[in-house]
Amino acid sequence: MSFTRFLAVARKEVVQILRDTRSLIIVVIMPVILVLLFGYGVSLDLKGLPIFVYDRDGSQQSQDLLKRFQASAYFDIVRVVNDYPALTRALDDGHARMGIVVPWDFSERLHDGGPVQVQALVDGTDDNTANVLIGYAQAVVQGYSSDLQLDWLRNHDQPAQPASVSVETRTWYNEDLESSAFIVPGVLALVMSVIGAFLTSLTIAREWERGTMEQLISTPVTSLEIMLGKLAPYFAIGMFDVIVCALIAIYWFQVPFRGSFLTLLISSAMFLVVVLALGFFISVIAGSQLAASQIALLITFLPAFLLSGFLFSIEQMPVVLQWITRILPARYYVSVLKKIFLKGTPAALLYADLVPLTVFALVLAVLATRAFHKRLA
Amino acid sequence: MPEDNNSVVIENLVKQFGDFVAVDHISLDIRKGEVFGFLGPNGAGKSTTIRMLCGLLTPTSGRARVAGYDVGREPESVRQNIGYMSQKFSLYNDLKVIENIRLFAGLYSVPSNQLQARIEWALEMANLKGQENLITGTLPGGWKQRLALGCAVLHKPPVIFLDEPTSGVDPISRRQFWDLIQHMAEEGVTVFVTTHYMEEAEYCNRLALIFRGKIVALGTPSELKRDSMKGELLLIECEPLGNAVEVLQSAPDVIDAAVFGNALHLVVRDAAAAIPQVKKYLSDHSITVGHIEKIRPSLEDVFVSLTTERDSGKERKA
Ligand SMILES: Nc1ncnc2c1ncn2[C@@H]1O[C@H](COP(=O)(O)OP(=O)(O)O)[C@@H](O)[C@H]1O
Ligand SMILES: [Mg+2]
Repeated sequence: MSFTRFLAVARKEVVQILRDTRSLIIVVIMPVILVLLFGYGVSLDLKGLPIFVYDRDGSQQSQDLLKRFQASAYFDIVRVVNDYPALTRALDDGHARMGIVVPWDFSERLHDGGPVQVQALVDGTDDNTANVLIGYAQAVVQGYSSDLQLDWLRNHDQPAQPASVSVETRTWYNEDLESSAFIVPGVLALVMSVIGAFLTSLTIAREWERGTMEQLISTPVTSLEIMLGKLAPYFAIGMFDVIVCALIAIYWFQVPFRGSFLTLLISSAMFLVVVLALGFFISVIAGSQLAASQIALLITFLPAFLLSGFLFSIEQMPVVLQWITRILPARYYVSVLKKIFLKGTPAALLYADLVPLTVFALVLAVLATRAFHKRLA
Repeated sequence: MPEDNNSVVIENLVKQFGDFVAVDHISLDIRKGEVFGFLGPNGAGKSTTIRMLCGLLTPTSGRARVAGYDVGREPESVRQNIGYMSQKFSLYNDLKVIENIRLFAGLYSVPSNQLQARIEWALEMANLKGQENLITGTLPGGWKQRLALGCAVLHKPPVIFLDEPTSGVDPISRRQFWDLIQHMAEEGVTVFVTTHYMEEAEYCNRLALIFRGKIVALGTPSELKRDSMKGELLLIECEPLGNAVEVLQSAPDVIDAAVFGNALHLVVRDAAAAIPQVKKYLSDHSITVGHIEKIRPSLEDVFVSLTTERDSGKERKA
């Protein structure tokens, strides 16, 4: 392994990427677009959504809570109803996107300090919108709940610490929804698949097609130097994109980030090794750029999109598909992402995902190294 | 025989693609500082041979030593000691001239204290001083070829392999390119060059004529012209040309007939005796004969003569 030769290949690759508009777009603009697409796909036009309310308690407290819904920019209480069927009909007809039900013992339970749940019936036809609706409803109720606690801290004339209020969600069509916050982190897996597998799948095939490979391999440069030299720039780009996407998710879309950034970087690096090695491997065996890019899309991008748990929850897939997801590196990465972002799981407790990811990275790296030979036939 | 570091020694080299024998038991011995030409039509096996010598293709059988290293067993040592220009232009079109040079300097591990000097040297040699920042893809064909040569010799290899380096290049650039080749040979570099331009073959010290994977003749250009023709050569201007070839091929005493430009070249055993006979034979077949004379054979005549001999040999066997 000669560092001079590795550097020569890497430098050349960087210049080529920078000089090729198409690569530049994929490298710089595409990740941002993907994050925005999925971020906004779930939050577009989500102001003044029509909701129905069913106040079974009719107390001062329940009215206070409902006023907060009305005051929120996201909701518009279009009707107050007196029974469940009226709510469900409104959801069926599309007159309401969500129904809020305050339980009959709302004020009583508040008074007693027991936990209280407000029910939110959500139109689940559009997963993403539903996710956002639930998120907003939770925010409104959360706000109400914490104000109650603050009040109590300020004047202790109330008999007991007030109960926390939360939202119990019932999805009208789709019983199990994941919050919108679940989707944006998963976009990172998508971005990595495109950068890693798709772009790198082209690099070797392109050199064979253009004939430059023949010149390259007539020099003393080794297979390993070619591979590392070609992949290093894409690794750097991938890490850069991870950071950009994570920042957009956190600061633009307000996705909570509870874990450690270092853990995010380490697991992203691992997943990058997987997709880069895979892309390289595909490029070596595919022969043509066209075939390589199609294979890459088929075996990395599509599974990352459909089967990784990024959009569709794995638990709800047919058992056969669930099994298939186990051989998809993206599944483990998406799982890690969600845990780091939303749960703040420390690295030590991510072994169930990180171990398979590491195994994939090692196996594919070895395969890629073995696959490429400096020979014409 | 003691092996010189700068030589190429080929023994019974064979390359098969499936059942097809692309290179068929080739043996050659190329001396230091020699410009060795490998001449043959498309598909003869020139590129396949060169690729084996550069360690890019594994020989089916046989051995070759390049710059003292066995191409089968020590391909990496071979690569450090050769420069190679593949048949298709294969520098990076999207890189600048200087970026291509730097890349290959890196790939050949040119030491950093020599780097600047070597880059200057390559630019000078390729006559690309002041054009360092042009995008390679925008260069004219002749410049590209000189740049490719420059990149291939940055590490001062003792042996260089050039696969049809001048194909698709204008005649003036071709001439310049051959001047470069001559110059390198004078400095002791061994040059193995393939071409299908017969006139270029004249610039080589020695030539091997390859046809269907086999070497059909070997020698200096003048040796080939003197020794390889089975007979003497006549030039005939006549009308219509097409008919004349057909008629003459079945004429007595004619070894071979072929069209060369707007005239015919005829191989006969004895020129003096053949001239009147041919004249008569042609007019008998209502072909108007203009000029007819005995000429010295060119390499192309030699080549045509040798390959048609092979062709008819094949037909007889089949
Ligand atoms: N990789 C290959 N697989 C099969 N046949 C090949 C391959 N490379 C070359 N050939 C065949 O071998 C013959 C010699 O090719 P080549 O060495 O390129 O000829 P030249 O360089 O003299 O034009 C041709 O008939 C060509 O079709
Ligand atoms: Mg060729």
